[in-house]
Amino acid sequence: MSDNNVLIKVSGLKKHYNKSSVKALDGIDCEIKEGEVVVIIGPSGSGKSTFLRSLNLLEIPTEGSIVFDGIDITAPKANINKHRQKMGMVFQHFNLFPNMTILKNLTLAPMKLLGKSKEEAEKKARELLERVGLGDRADAYPGQLSGGQKQRVAIVRALCMEPEVMLFDEPTSALDPEMVGEVLDVMKQLASEGMTMVVVTHEMGFAREVGTRIVFMDGGVFVEENTPDEFFSNPQSPRAVDFLSKVL
Amino acid sequence: MIKQFGIWLGSMWAAFAKEFNFVFIEDNRYQHIVKGFGNTLKITAGALVVGIIIGIIVAAIRSSYDKNKEAMAMHKGLSYYVFTVANAICKVYLTIFRGTPIVVQLLIFYFIIFANAKNGVPVAIFAFGINSGAYVAEIFRGGIMSIDGGQFEAGRSLGFNYLQTMRYIIIPQMFKAVLPTLCNEFIALLKETSVAGYVGIIDLTKAGNVIAGRTFSYYMPLIAVAIIYLVMVLILTSLVGKLERRLRKSER
Repeated sequence: MSDNNVLIKVSGLKKHYNKSSVKALDGIDCEIKEGEVVVIIGPSGSGKSTFLRSLNLLEIPTEGSIVFDGIDITAPKANINKHRQKMGMVFQHFNLFPNMTILKNLTLAPMKLLGKSKEEAEKKARELLERVGLGDRADAYPGQLSGGQKQRVAIVRALCMEPEVMLFDEPTSALDPEMVGEVLDVMKQLASEGMTMVVVTHEMGFAREVGTRIVFMDGGVFVEENTPDEFFSNPQSPRAVDFLSKVL
Repeated sequence: MIKQFGIWLGSMWAAFAKEFNFVFIEDNRYQHIVKGFGNTLKITAGALVVGIIIGIIVAAIRSSYDKNKEAMAMHKGLSYYVFTVANAICKVYLTIFRGTPIVVQLLIFYFIIFANAKNGVPVAIFAFGINSGAYVAEIFRGGIMSIDGGQFEAGRSLGFNYLQTMRYIIIPQMFKAVLPTLCNEFIALLKETSVAGYVGIIDLTKAGNVIAGRTFSYYMPLIAVAIIYLVMVLILTSLVGKLERRLRKSER
């Protein structure tokens, strides 16, 4: 994995609501390098999800810029649809398309957006499904799957677009406890293959084991950034100490 | 007893046949019904198509304005002003056509706006279509809003633009959700066309009325007309029911 290649550069990112009375993000600067697994943790309402969703402009920032692959995607002329194709996103509530089979869920975007043939798209989809252990469910509908299976399909759906970075928005928060493991395993596998990942999660075990960098957010800013070992054994800010004492 | 009943039934049948013969067969009066039925079908089908097209356009403008106004307001580009004006026009349209009776609208179209029209049927298609479009637009908009926002975000996050997300992801789901309500609107439309006689069109209802006027026999033509409407509605309902069952496949 080639490091030191900055994939995403965020500068002065702000997101304000209601004429600046609510500051969800209040000035964030950060760099995400290729192959990094950045895990964002923090109390609810701290702006974790808003930050993640800003990265592919599902939230439109009030101020600041995001440079992805050397291109400022917050510029008015940027073609955000093109850039989103390279940023896979996984949601808390899966958001699979309920009216389509799993295979159709996986092949829709590659066929319509990447111009792949049906055979090509299906081959890739089946291959990836096989890898997450769902090779036999290609013709099922999302309603017939368990939560953990749905989330694995959602990850595969994003991967089918061959993204350069994967964004995870609390991917295990809506799952039964016994299904969390199967989803985290897929994410671990992805990380070990060198995928650049930004993960918002409450799974501290995962953060510690897989993360290359931990970001602790509170009040719409990055309070603390460190390697997992340093962060968990020796948190610097009082807010992080307090948070860790509650969740660990 | 049974024999008496048989005789009574026989005389009833004979009276019915005589009346039927007089009302529908003599002077080929059934032709009125055929013609009226044809016009009712033409007006309903035409208005349906016009209504759906208008409905989709208006619903798309209204819901994309609602969904994107925050983003558009930030850049204040041309699209912001275009959408603001288009949205306002749509609102005025909805207010006027849902706020006034269809008969009045039909009279205004026929006697004022298209005063030179020779044939009333195209005017009726236009009038009923525009009227129905207002209702269909709100049905579609409700359907679009009922789809979980996550579906929209999932589409956008994969790289689909707004229109592609609508077309590939939202509209197919929306259509399934609104089908029963839409069917209701079509039934209402079919029956509403019975006021077309106000502007001199021989539709099914008018045809029944014409025959009744010529024969001074009311019950048979009017009951026949009612039965034809009922059968049309039943056929429509069963077709929609079939479609619904096919679309529900994914919910086993």
